[in-house]
Amino acid sequence: MSQVISFHYDVPGDDFTRAGEASSSIKKVLKQVGLAPDIIRNVAIAMYEGEINMVIHAGGGQIDVDIAPDEIRMVLKDQGPGIKDISLAMQEGWSTAPDEVRSLGFGAGMGLPNMKKYTDEMDIESAVGVGTTVTMTVFAHPREEAAS
Amino acid sequence: MKKITVRQILEECGFSLLAGAGALDRQADRVFCCDLLSFVMGRAPADSAWVTVMGNVNAIAVAVLADTACIVLAEGAALDEEARSRADGQGVPVLGSAQPIFDTGLLIQRLLED
Repeated sequence: MSQVISFHYDVPGDDFTRAGEASSSIKKVLKQVGLAPDIIRNVAIAMYEGEINMVIHAGGGQIDVDIAPDEIRMVLKDQGPGIKDISLAMQEGWSTAPDEVRSLGFGAGMGLPNMKKYTDEMDIESAVGVGTTVTMTVFAHPREEAAS
Repeated sequence: MKKITVRQILEECGFSLLAGAGALDRQADRVFCCDLLSFVMGRAPADSAWVTVMGNVNAIAVAVLADTACIVLAEGAALDEEARSRADGQGVPVLGSAQPIFDTGLLIQRLLED
């Protein structure tokens, strides 16, 4: 059972209301696979934060998810403006989100910190004017009763 | 920890049902109050009754992904049409309370401690 299931999503850049579709879809798949609820929640939260970031900052992007027996790997790639200072962006509360995004309840500078908090591994590659790729991995610890 | 159903919260706290009628048997075991969705994503415990005034479609997405038991809209805050339809579709119960956030959370907390 070393099979990897792969999914690809295009995240539209102009539609805040559709952000979350990719993460909801993956959440359903992971439930069917029978992973523990806390693992599913970690993946869903990290991926949704990534989706929101793509919509707010990068005009959308692409997400590839590989679900393997031992880990879930998410690669979020955009062609946005890039992150000038990654260590600054990783600090809670630091944000460049515009006011209209804040009025929706986002833009508090929690996105990247939340993504790090809910994943086991996270790597950011970013070049100003080129785009950003965030790779996140959540280790799977299947429940013993998952087969039931 | 004691668990109560969203139906109990609805009926015993005297709230109104705004959406998600099909998911009222979902259980909650604590209260979480916050309006900033970025904070809710990172900090709301799964299976909590989430009290907020944010009645937009993003709040529904956050409830689904963070696995809260329900949303309770305090202060008589409105649930917009798109959010209502999303909540029904995704099975997220949304209750309405005319009282402020703290008072709304306290009502649920008392029910949990009963």
